[in-house]
Amino acid sequence: MLKRTTAFLYIGALFWLLSSVYSQPRGKDSCVECHQKMDGELQEPAKKITNDIHYLRGLSCYNCHGGDPSSDDMEVAMDPKKGYIGKPKPTDIPQLCGKCHSNADFMRDYNPSLRVDQLNEYGTSRHGKLLARGDTKVAVCSSCHGAHGIRKASDPQSSVYPKNVVNTCTKCHANPQYMRGHNIPTNQKMKYMDSVHSKALFGKGDLSAPTCNSCHGNHGASPPGLSSIAAICGQCHASQYEYFIASPHKKAFKQGGLPECATCHDNHGIKSPSDSMLGTQTESLCINCHSQGDKGFNAANKMRDRIELLKARLEQSEIVLNRAERAGMEVSREKFDLIEGKNKLIKARVLIHAFNPNEIEKITNEGLAISVSTQKAGERAMGDLQFRRKGLAVSLIIIFLVVITLYMKIRQIERVASRPDEA
Amino acid sequence: MEVVSKRTDRRSFLNYLLGTGIGAAVVSFFYPVIKFLIPPRIAEAPTSSVVAAKVGEVAPNTGKVFRFGSKPGILINGPDGSLRAYSATCTHLDCIVQYRPDMQNIWCACHNGRYDLNGLNIAGPPPRPLEVYDVRTRSGEIVVSKKGG
Amino acid sequence: MLRSLSQRTWNWLDERLNLDELIAHAKEKTVPIHKHTLWYYLGGMTAFLFFVQVVTGILLLLYYRPSSDNAFESVQFIMTEVHFGWLVRSVHSWGANLMIAAAFAHMFSVYFLRAYRKPRELTWVTGILFLFIALTFGFSGYLLPWNELSFFATKVGTEIAGVIPLVGHFLKRFLRGGEDVTGATLTRFFGWHVAMLPAAAAMLLMAHLFMVQRLGMSSPEESTDGADNPSHGKTMLFFPNFLLRDLVGWLIALGILGALAAIYPWELGVKADPFASAPANIKPEWYFVFMFQTLKILPAKILFMDGEVLGILAFGLAGLVGLLVPFLDTQSGPNRTSLIFTVLGVVALVYMVAMTVIAYI
Repeated sequence: MLKRTTAFLYIGALFWLLSSVYSQPRGKDSCVECHQKMDGELQEPAKKITNDIHYLRGLSCYNCHGGDPSSDDMEVAMDPKKGYIGKPKPTDIPQLCGKCHSNADFMRDYNPSLRVDQLNEYGTSRHGKLLARGDTKVAVCSSCHGAHGIRKASDPQSSVYPKNVVNTCTKCHANPQYMRGHNIPTNQKMKYMDSVHSKALFGKGDLSAPTCNSCHGNHGASPPGLSSIAAICGQCHASQYEYFIASPHKKAFKQGGLPECATCHDNHGIKSPSDSMLGTQTESLCINCHSQGDKGFNAANKMRDRIELLKARLEQSEIVLNRAERAGMEVSREKFDLIEGKNKLIKARVLIHAFNPNEIEKITNEGLAISVSTQKAGERAMGDLQFRRKGLAVSLIIIFLVVITLYMKIRQIERVASRPDEA
Repeated sequence: MEVVSKRTDRRSFLNYLLGTGIGAAVVSFFYPVIKFLIPPRIAEAPTSSVVAAKVGEVAPNTGKVFRFGSKPGILINGPDGSLRAYSATCTHLDCIVQYRPDMQNIWCACHNGRYDLNGLNIAGPPPRPLEVYDVRTRSGEIVVSKKGG
Repeated sequence: MLRSLSQRTWNWLDERLNLDELIAHAKEKTVPIHKHTLWYYLGGMTAFLFFVQVVTGILLLLYYRPSSDNAFESVQFIMTEVHFGWLVRSVHSWGANLMIAAAFAHMFSVYFLRAYRKPRELTWVTGILFLFIALTFGFSGYLLPWNELSFFATKVGTEIAGVIPLVGHFLKRFLRGGEDVTGATLTRFFGWHVAMLPAAAAMLLMAHLFMVQRLGMSSPEESTDGADNPSHGKTMLFFPNFLLRDLVGWLIALGILGALAAIYPWELGVKADPFASAPANIKPEWYFVFMFQTLKILPAKILFMDGEVLGILAFGLAGLVGLLVPFLDTQSGPNRTSLIFTVLGVVALVYMVAMTVIAYI
C-alpha cells in the first residue's frame, strides 16, 4: 500500500517536472475555459486537449481553429474576422496540419529532428491521391492521429503506437460497408492477426515486428508494387532478399506477374514457414508452377531431400548426446558444436531462396559433417559409460563372492560353537 | 582325528578365500579413491573466463565465435586493431551474430539486426545491446571474462 | 614367519595397551536372538553409511569451491574431469539418501520394539538428535551444487522457516545470511555442512555408541531393571557372529551405492540463476516432502490462525514429542506396551508415507 502511494507521488512529481519544463506561461485561453464547462460533444475537445502533445508544448485551440482566446465574449472569440474557421473540412486538414509540420523553420523550435515531409508523402499516398480527386472517404491526418488528443507515436496510448496501428487502419479497412466502391479486400486484419508477425508483436510484445505501416508506409501509405515486395520484406529478411533477387525466380515472377515473396508466403497472413512448403508433395508450393520432369521440379525434390536428411541426422545426434548427458557424461562441447550444425540447417533453409540445389548440397554437407562428428562423440561417451558398468560389474562380483564366503564363515563358526566339544 | 583334520583343512581354505576376497574388495574400493586424489589433466574448473583465441589468430577487422561455457561469444578485432568481446546471442530471437567487415559492425543474419562495436543495437529488430565481456591478453592467449567476474 | 611377526606385534601392543582385556570384553558382548533380530542391523547400517558420507565428503572437499560463481562449475568439474569424480559425488548424494532412510527405519524399529524404555532414554534422545542433524545435513548439502532445483528448494525451505511466529524473520535471515538466498547462503551452508554438523554428529554418534555398549542390546521381553538377562532367550556373540553379519549388510550397501552411482548418476542440473523465475513443481528432497505437502494442502486460515504457521508449529511439537517419547511413555513397562504410543507411532508412520505418496502421484 505504502509502495503504491510512493509510486503515485513519484509519478506526480515527474509530471510536475515535465509540465514545468514544457509549458510556457499560458495566457488567457477562453476556448478551453468555456468548453470545459459545456457538456457532451462540445466539452469533449476541451477535455481531450489537455493530454495533447501540442497543448503540452504551449499551443492551443486557436493555433488550428483561429479566433481570439483572450476574449470571454463568444462572438468576439469565434469571430471569422479574427481568423476563426470552425470545424475544418476533411479536405482541408492535410494543408492545415502541414502549415506547421511542413515548415522546417517552425518545427525546429519544437522538435528539431522530426521529419517535415509528411504532407509531401501524403500527396503520394493512395489516400492523398484519392483526396485530390475529391474522394472524401479517405484517411486524412486526423483519421489516424486523432484531432484533439494527439499523442506522440511512442506513447502506448497513441493511436499510431505500433500495437495500435492495426486497429487504427482497420477502423476503415475492415469495414466492408465503408470500403464499398473501393474494390479492395477487407480481410487484411483477419489474416494479419493470424500471422507470425502479429504473434511476435502481440504475443511476444516485440515492437520491431511489422505492422501495417512497416510495409505500406505511413504517411505515404500505398500497396507496394509487385516487384518491390522483396525489397520491403528484405528490410528485415536481408539474406532471403539477397538470395532471391539473384535467383531465377526474380525474373520469372516478374514475367508471370507474381508478387515475389507473397507468392509463397502470402501478404497479410504470413505464417511461420515449414519445410513442407518446399518439394513436390501435395502440400508443397513448388508444384503450383512446376510439374513432373521439369528442372524446377527436380530441384525442389533435391533441396527438400537434403534438408530432410540434415534434419534427421541432427536429430539423431541430439538423441545420442542427450542420452549421454542424462547418463552423466560430459558432452557440453559436442552440444555446442551441434548448435552450429543446427545453424547450418537454418542457413540452408534461408538459402532455399536462391533456388540452387548445388548450394543447398554444399551447406547441408557442412551440417552433416557436424552431425557425424557429434554423434561419434556421443557414442564414445556412451562407450565410457560401458566402461563404468564393467567396473561396476567387477566390483559387484567381488562383493558377491565375499558375501558368499562370509556366509559360509558364519555358518562354520556357528556350527563349531554349537558343538563345543569339538572346538 | 581324520574328521577333525578335514574340517581344519576346510576352515583354512575358507579363511584363505575370505582373506583374498576382502583384499580384492578393499582394492576395488580404494582404487577409485586413489585415482580421485591424483590431480586431473585440467587443474581447475573454468568459470567466468575462457581462452577465446591465440594472439594473432584473429586478424584486424575480423571476428571469431568462441565457446563460453555452453553459450557462444564473439571476439572481434576491430578495424583499429582493438580487441572486444560480446555475447554472440542476438537479443532479438537468439540467433548467433557475426562480424561484418564490410559494415564494420556486428550483424545478425536472421532479421538484419545490427550492433555497433560497443555492442549497442543500432538497426533492425534487436531490443537490447549485446552483453559486453572483458578482454585481456595473457601469455599469448586472449582471455575473455564476464564483467565484474 | 608372518604369523610370528604379527604375534610379536600384538604382544608388544598388548603389553602396553592391555588389548586382551578389551578383546575379552568384546567377546562377552551378546545380541539377543528373536524374531525381531533383523532390526538390530539398521543402527550399524546407519553408522556405516555415515562413515561412507564422511569419506566421500572429505574427498569432495579437495575439488569443491563454495561460492556462487564457482560452486556449480566445480561440481561439474568433479563430475567430468576428476578421475572417478562421478563415482565419489554420486555415492555421496545417494549415500545421504540411503543414510536418512536407514536412520528413519532404525528409529521406527526402535520405537515399535519399545527399546527406548528405561534405562535407554538417553540413547533414544541422542538418536533422535542425530536424525535431526542428518536432516540438516541433507538440507544444507542439497544447496551446495548451486543448481536451479537446489536454489529454489532452499528458497522455499528458508521461506517456510520465516513464517514461524516471533523468531521467523530472524531465523530466515540467520539461515540465509541475509534477506535473500545468495552466495552468502551458500558459504554458510557449506560451513555448517562440512564443519559444524560433522562435529555435532560425531559427538552424538559417539555418545550413542557408548551408551549402546554400556547398556547392551535391548530385548523386547527384557525386564526394566537394567540388567541383561540372557537366560530369557537365545543370544549370539557380537564378535564375530553379529559383526560378520553386519559386514555382509555393509558390503551389500556398498554394492547398491556403486550400482546406483554407475547406473543412475546423480544429476548435475542447470546452474542456478537467482533472477530466473522458479521452475514448476519444485519439491524438496523426499524426506521433507511429507511436511512440504502438508503445508501445501493446509487451508490459508484455520480458525484465527494462519494455516501455514499452525502446520509448522504442529511439526515442531511433533518433533519435540518424538524427542521426549521415553519420558512421556510411562505406561510401557516389562512385557507391557502402551496402546496410545503404538497408535501414535502407526499414525505418524502412515501419515508420513501417505503424504509422501500423495506428493509424488
